[in-house]
Amino acid sequence: MDPVDLEVEFNGLVEADQRIEPRDWMPDGYRRNLIRQIAQHAHSEIIGMQPEGNWITRAPSLRRKAILMAKVQDEAGHGLYLYCAAETLGVDRAELIDQLHAGRQKYSSVFNYPTLTWADVGAIGWLVDGAAITNQIPLCRCSYGPYARAMVRVCKEESFHQRQGFESLYALSHGTPEQHAMAQDAVDRWWWPSLMLLGPSDAESTHTSQSMAWRIKRFTNDELRQRFVDMVAPQADVLELTPPDPELRWNEARGHYDFGECDWDELRRVVGGDGPCNRQRLAHHVSAHEEGAWVREAAAAYAAKHSAVGVVAA
Amino acid sequence: MTAVAVDPAAVYTLRHADDCLVLSHRLAQWSSRAPSLEEDVALTNIALDLLGQARALYTRTSELDRTGRSEDDHVFQRDERDFVNCLLVEQENGDFAVTVARQLLFSTYQLETWRALGGSTDRQVAAIAAKAVKEVTYHLDHATQWTLRLGDGTAESHERMRAALERLWPYTAELFETDAVTDDVVARGVAGDPQRLRAAWDSSVDQVLREATLERPSTSWTPTGGRRGLHTECFGYMLAEMQHLHRAHPGARW
Ligand SMILES: [Fe+2]
Ligand SMILES: [Fe+2]
Repeated sequence: MDPVDLEVEFNGLVEADQRIEPRDWMPDGYRRNLIRQIAQHAHSEIIGMQPEGNWITRAPSLRRKAILMAKVQDEAGHGLYLYCAAETLGVDRAELIDQLHAGRQKYSSVFNYPTLTWADVGAIGWLVDGAAITNQIPLCRCSYGPYARAMVRVCKEESFHQRQGFESLYALSHGTPEQHAMAQDAVDRWWWPSLMLLGPSDAESTHTSQSMAWRIKRFTNDELRQRFVDMVAPQADVLELTPPDPELRWNEARGHYDFGECDWDELRRVVGGDGPCNRQRLAHHVSAHEEGAWVREAAAAYAAKHSAVGVVAA
Repeated sequence: MTAVAVDPAAVYTLRHADDCLVLSHRLAQWSSRAPSLEEDVALTNIALDLLGQARALYTRTSELDRTGRSEDDHVFQRDERDFVNCLLVEQENGDFAVTVARQLLFSTYQLETWRALGGSTDRQVAAIAAKAVKEVTYHLDHATQWTLRLGDGTAESHERMRAALERLWPYTAELFETDAVTDDVVARGVAGDPQRLRAAWDSSVDQVLREATLERPSTSWTPTGGRRGLHTECFGYMLAEMQHLHRAHPGARW
């Protein structure tokens, strides 16, 4: 088919809300945009294992320990589905990991903050998984089939994580005074980073309009942020915890919560590499990857030996 | 612990509960550090299975010893000298070969133990064992596959696997020891004789090592003491980390 016809057909599929599948023709820009977004999403799942994983060995009860281990494991699973979705676009996982290590692909800025107390685990579940769901539910209708299908599975587990996070934080905020203070401190530290997880303001977002035209994205960052605040503000009341935003209040006329402005300079700094844990998170991933190299080589050597034997025998 | 009045069956279940808890904790330390994402998921699966087995056994222990201790009391409120896990499971993760070797040696033992407990006169223990046999069969298969890959992979992986076996082998003698507790539970049909598991363990491990082109290490050193609360030094650090938060908030609920 003529390239012009291919593009017309592609645009027609997208506008009719049909799914683009791996074998379908797609513009190079669409492919590049998706690889960038899915890789960044996959890396976020994997790097996101670190801040919460930091508390597995110190979890204060066996029940919480089991929940936390299963959650961190789910995030590894999300990373796997997403790397598989990216691979349908003609890149491989090893290449994407190299890009992450070289700093050419990013992960969510929110994971560059430290988990300093047990309450941070609950706050992450409630706020960070909550913001992630807000971002990911519309992605279930994304125009690229493999990404949309991965998101359906991921969203189910994320909403489970958010409920568990809320419940864990509730136990603290309704526990001893020390536990309540721990929970409030965690919300003070995780509130703004979670709002910023939804990306820069619409005025500054570089990828939004093209992504929306391609129906990869359905809502702007600011629209998603409003949805997120509308969801968690009343939950904060139930928790009896106070978000660190004096401007947060219900606006009857708008039918939404009003809220303050994020510190965009901070977001720029953290995205640019100068958050509290950027270096630590990446170094951790690089060292685990390098320390595992001999294991991956052994598995490959074993498989090669044994498949070679199989061929000879056949 | 008031050793005198305690039902030996409770000591026996506590030993196995502690084995499961401690190995689960060690495996969980791999989270976000495994050689691949698939392996991260697999090691956590095993850790979660073992944690589940530990919780069931702590519950049964408290019924048998009539102390009413909760699972968290067992885990977070006992001191190092009160833990009765074997020394093998508390050994540090080391490299991936050490973790695989520890799993191979322990899962082989655990599978034989659970199989024997499937016929226990204690119906609840038998039920726990029946479920655990399925899980441990998978753990052993996983450890076996990796022993083959590492033993028969590259020169480096073979050497690391050899060194791992040499490091851990001495701790396997303790698994088959008998004492007044095991004599009692064996006599009452609660558990199988640990010494009688030895032959099955030997032939199973030997077969995997042979296929993996590895040799069975020879050693005259047979450290022991875990079942009496005499642990290796690394164990205290593990407990300190595990118990600190819980103990810092007496009476708090989580
Ligand atoms: Fe996730
Ligand atoms: Fe999650």
